[in-house]
Amino acid sequence: MIDERPLPVTDDPADAPMWEAALRGELVVQACVDCGRLRFPPRPMCPDCQSLDTGWQKLSGRGKLWSYCVAHPPLLPAFEKDAPYNVAVIQLDEAPTLRIFGRVVRGGAASGSGEAREPVDPSLLVIGARLQVVFEKVADDVALPLFLLEDDVA
Amino acid sequence: MGSLSDSTAIVGLAESEYARSLGASELELSCRVVRDALADAGVDPREVDALASFTMEGPADFELARAVGMGELNFFSQVAHGGGAACGAVAQVAMAISCGMAQVGVVWRSRKRGAKSSRVWAQVNDRISDQWKYSRPVGLLRPVDEVALMARRYMHEYGLKREQLAEVALAQREHANLNPRAAMYEKPLDLATYLDARWISEPLCLYDNCLESDGAVAVVIVSAERARDCRTRPVFIHSASQGMGEQYQVMTNFHCDDPLAGCSGATARNLWRQADAVPADVKVAQLYDAFSPLVLLSLETYGLCPVGEAGGFVEGGTLGPGGSLPVNTSGGSLSEAYVHGMNLLNEGVRQMRGSSTSQVEDADLCLVTSAHVVPSSALLLRN
Repeated sequence: MIDERPLPVTDDPADAPMWEAALRGELVVQACVDCGRLRFPPRPMCPDCQSLDTGWQKLSGRGKLWSYCVAHPPLLPAFEKDAPYNVAVIQLDEAPTLRIFGRVVRGGAASGSGEAREPVDPSLLVIGARLQVVFEKVADDVALPLFLLEDDVA
Repeated sequence: MGSLSDSTAIVGLAESEYARSLGASELELSCRVVRDALADAGVDPREVDALASFTMEGPADFELARAVGMGELNFFSQVAHGGGAACGAVAQVAMAISCGMAQVGVVWRSRKRGAKSSRVWAQVNDRISDQWKYSRPVGLLRPVDEVALMARRYMHEYGLKREQLAEVALAQREHANLNPRAAMYEKPLDLATYLDARWISEPLCLYDNCLESDGAVAVVIVSAERARDCRTRPVFIHSASQGMGEQYQVMTNFHCDDPLAGCSGATARNLWRQADAVPADVKVAQLYDAFSPLVLLSLETYGLCPVGEAGGFVEGGTLGPGGSLPVNTSGGSLSEAYVHGMNLLNEGVRQMRGSSTSQVEDADLCLVTSAHVVPSSALLLRN
């Protein structure tokens, strides 16, 4: 069992642009150059028009809480110290079926940054709540999504 | 009707004891259950010419075949996706026999997962390259977390209450308390204990999770004609299906139009298409239950109750002994053992033989399903 938080491989050409954008604080998804269909997770072909010509589109990172869980032990050691913690699914405004995962944390300077950010009070986790994606840098090549309640965005 | 219809039958079954920790290796457990299943059927090991199991199975087919003393093999396959595989492995062997490519088939599964360190989610690498790279780093680590997201959403959409979800675990524990093979035999469970149990991933508590078990299961499949010469009452494979949903992603299927639909819908439509029975004919079912919400979702997607109404449907002991639709009548993965759903298959066969410890009187059709949340499979068994 690993001690550290598992991280994504970021140098696969299939999704490297997404991880590079995350380091800039931007959420991008694939967009078919021929028909415009957005897709996530990244893959080589558009399922609508079978085009292999793929670009990337920046999204606002705004959306709604679709669902969440609150994880309790047993967990990996790197996560056990934070337990119980929430993991949420956000339904993105520009692409409602391309949901992504992250923790809902408190916003504002007082809550710290990166991994020091505190989770929101679970009573604020209401399905449909407005969320904003931000990114926390956790390694030189990795920034991971976090969600702020829209009311809490500084 | 499909051409597979009742052309093959399950004629032998066996399982090991189920426990948190068994001394024997997976290969030894496999040998024992395959030998015992063949003896149950009255078939000599040298007659076996077809084998199927899971891609996740430890012992290789050739190791099992040479250890048990099988003859020449002419069909061997493995079905992927863990809990989705059991009925698919049976379906593939049944197809091979039905079309004449093989004559005597064995499907088996051995699994030693009782020890905490053996859990699949705990084996993650420090860098992830597959589809879990988008979810595990943010803390969505375990299958229970992934299913908890579905359960929470289901509660939001359809108003499911914990007391209704509890009906699954409580009914299966009642069945287990009639089954001396079950790990939870003589361990009653009540609603208060369920509601007070520790969380694993909210909204799911300890009792919404399957057991972690060591154990092995095997079944023997032959043609309907050959079945007449076997020792046991044949249990016919009336219909069989595999299914993978559109735009589907294993376990983290949240990037599509309807994440709750899973793979049961695709499996079920194809299962019923081939059958001369309808969901209302099902009086007993074995529904894959690694986590209790999967039972509710399977009840709906296989047409046993309307979509969104499973919570109300299961109230009042519907799924338990004497209920209107007994489900997972051995105790299932929650209370008998977790062998990737293969013990559900054995229980389905027992119901059709009339030898279940929680026998449903006059049951002549049993639905057996594999996991809702992975590319899946299902069987309709008939006696």
